[in-house]
Amino acid sequence: MGSQPRLVEVRKNVLKQNDLAARALREQFRAPGVFVVSLVSSPGSGKTMFLEKTLTLLRQSHRVAALVGDLATENDAIRLARSQAPVKQITTGTLCHLEAAMVQNALKGWDLNQLDFLFIENVGNLVCPSSYDLGENLRLVLLSVTEGEDKPLKYPTIFNSADIAVVTKMDLAPAVEFDWHCAYGNIQAVRPGMPVFKLSARTGDGMDEYLSFLTARLDELRTPAAT
Amino acid sequence: MAQEEAEQRGGVQITAVHLKLGTLSGVVKEALQSAYEMACYDTPLQGSRLIVEEVAVVVLCPTCHRQRPLSSIQLFCCPECGTPTSEVVQGKELEVVALEIEAWAHNPV
Repeated sequence: MGSQPRLVEVRKNVLKQNDLAARALREQFRAPGVFVVSLVSSPGSGKTMFLEKTLTLLRQSHRVAALVGDLATENDAIRLARSQAPVKQITTGTLCHLEAAMVQNALKGWDLNQLDFLFIENVGNLVCPSSYDLGENLRLVLLSVTEGEDKPLKYPTIFNSADIAVVTKMDLAPAVEFDWHCAYGNIQAVRPGMPVFKLSARTGDGMDEYLSFLTARLDELRTPAAT
Repeated sequence: MAQEEAEQRGGVQITAVHLKLGTLSGVVKEALQSAYEMACYDTPLQGSRLIVEEVAVVVLCPTCHRQRPLSSIQLFCCPECGTPTSEVVQGKELEVVALEIEAWAHNPV
């Protein structure tokens, strides 16, 4: 007897598992009103330094914590611990991005009611993290001036998936002849309307404006929507 | 996922998986094809085909109030009037849409 091929409709997102986990995380964050920021960038853009400064400054007025994804070492968590904020490392092994389930695991034992901000530093990679929702309120893409103005055009998918962009290492801009207007234009080309901040985590220049933006978003989150 | 579907239906062989892949999914067709072959190796899905339908990015233009295909993912603006827009209505898909299955004669689908 022969067999007849047949087409069956399925319609399932391949990343369904991750999307479900991300949705659960979002629920988990919503009740205590934690504002969750995920950070993506290429390796070496200064994510850890930037986050260390963010945590140090923000913890003067808010309760902050961070999860940090890294392939192999715990160096980043050790560096971030200098900010005195609670920090937990997620070692991904050979995996090039964080997934929602890893965040869920890492959060075990943490009381989210004790937090205002949670930062999730993704693995340094401008490709894979774009596809994985981590339940965050805000995805921040970091671009350092030493990487060149055309990074957004080379990695439009991740820039398009982000909510804000931060251009960092601005103190080095003259040395590398960084063209701010060109970089800003490229970011706006791949994600029109995205807020962009320029700063130097090392000198602290420009950090205020970016931190005010974050605290305003937290206040917004905690203000009941007008009916 | 495809195998789960097959098991739910019981006693069927999947011969092809149809997948929609958006330009903004963050996944490259060629890489997905070779990963699929590797993932299927030594499983009931070995030998099945992955049929990828690429989905272009479509944005909503706030000026024309029309859905327009994007001419380049390096420039998010309306191809007609040039208004910048981030309203993506299509192009992020990574979705299994259908399976081609073969029922064994004694076990009709």
